[in-house]
Amino acid sequence: MRGVNAPRAVAIGASAGAVQALMALLPALPADFALPVFVVVHVPPGRRNALAALFAETCGLTVREAEDKDPIQPGIVYFAPPDYHLLVETPESLALSTDEAVSFSRPAVDVLFETAAAAYGTGLVAIVLTGANADGAAGLRCVVQAGGLAIVQDPAEAQADFMPRAAIAAAPAARVLGLAQIAGLLSGLPACRLAP
Amino acid sequence: MSEAVTQVEDIEIRLLLDALVQRYHYDFRQYAFASLRRRLRAARAALGFASYGAMQDALLHDETVLPRLLGYLTVQVSEMFRDPEYFRAIRESVVPHLRTYPSLKVWVAGCSTGEELYSLVILFREEGLENRTLFYATDINPEALRMARDGVYALDRIRGFTENHRRSGGRWSLSEYYSAAYGRAVFAQSLRERVVFSDHSLVSDAVFGEMNLISCRNVMIYFDRTLQDRAVGLFRDSLARRGFLGLGSRESLRFSAHAGAFRAFAADERIYQKCEA
Repeated sequence: MRGVNAPRAVAIGASAGAVQALMALLPALPADFALPVFVVVHVPPGRRNALAALFAETCGLTVREAEDKDPIQPGIVYFAPPDYHLLVETPESLALSTDEAVSFSRPAVDVLFETAAAAYGTGLVAIVLTGANADGAAGLRCVVQAGGLAIVQDPAEAQADFMPRAAIAAAPAARVLGLAQIAGLLSGLPACRLAP
Repeated sequence: MSEAVTQVEDIEIRLLLDALVQRYHYDFRQYAFASLRRRLRAARAALGFASYGAMQDALLHDETVLPRLLGYLTVQVSEMFRDPEYFRAIRESVVPHLRTYPSLKVWVAGCSTGEELYSLVILFREEGLENRTLFYATDINPEALRMARDGVYALDRIRGFTENHRRSGGRWSLSEYYSAAYGRAVFAQSLRERVVFSDHSLVSDAVFGEMNLISCRNVMIYFDRTLQDRAVGLFRDSLARRGFLGLGSRESLRFSAHAGAFRAFAADERIYQKCEA
């Protein structure tokens, strides 16, 4: 796992059951967590900022919806806005697109993972959580091919196990962990804490 | 894909983009790269080229390849009245200002297949402004412009359009504006009478004068910051005094070199007004 040595960003994808799973993960991150975190959750178009607002209240980190060409900053959790794909343009900048849905989803986890893998290579930690479709599987394969660290929520504990199972099938090198273990792993990543 | 493979792919893509400029004067070199690479991968797979090199060779020597590639690089399928609250803000907050002018010019920049254009024409008709307004609808893709001019959309999209129109504060039923036939909705010819369709590039073309409203939504998200600055500068120079600029719901002028030339008019709906010079 080369990726774990020099993590630069965390990307998370989730669908059905996402809120509960993320509630076990995001608030567990220490307030001085120093990596940017990108999150794609399948949500219907329309409601602005609903998820970001929900998690902003419970997280020690800044949580907000990404804007086009948002500069990427450490310790900020960026949610993909409803009805847009979220892409990593460069290690310093995000981008949005209204390209067609992937796996019936916009935002799509695959789009985030594929572009984040290209931007960060071995420096990416990508996590597939609970969900009821195959989005994220192809993206996680890109992450592994680029040398990043791939993590999948244990299907046995996922509220919907289709997405984790599809991700494991597409990226057998992925580490399969429970939410508590994933939270622990993220908090313990080298160089992930802000210098005092 | 390993980093080395991605690097080679990126080199190939940049060579292909150079070839497009030199051969056809289509310039995508300042497009946001992450989206561009995804679109080119999709185009390469769909058009059946084994490599970007092969695609470049075909592009240079076979003129029929270009329009097919443009379909992947530029066409944006939107919805009518996408983000109804944007159109509601135009209707309730911008229109009262526009009413004070005897004649109006509206520019839909990057109109693609026309959904946003028709939304605005319908809104202006409902507000009684259509007869004093000239609409300019521009795009770089001739096929998209042709479809915009045709105003024909699949009937299964109409339900969403209708709901959006209603939520935007639409005064009449959307069905007033189209006739349905053979699974398609054909929008009324009368909606196009005051529209000028034109080939115009935000990358390379010049100012389009004295606009009262420019709507350019989810177009500049495909540009890098430098090209965004060029386009916003073009809009600033194309707007009349106190003219309005409408952007997509997740775009802003916050990072723009020209932010100082505008004030937020309806901040949540991303509608800006050009400041007094």
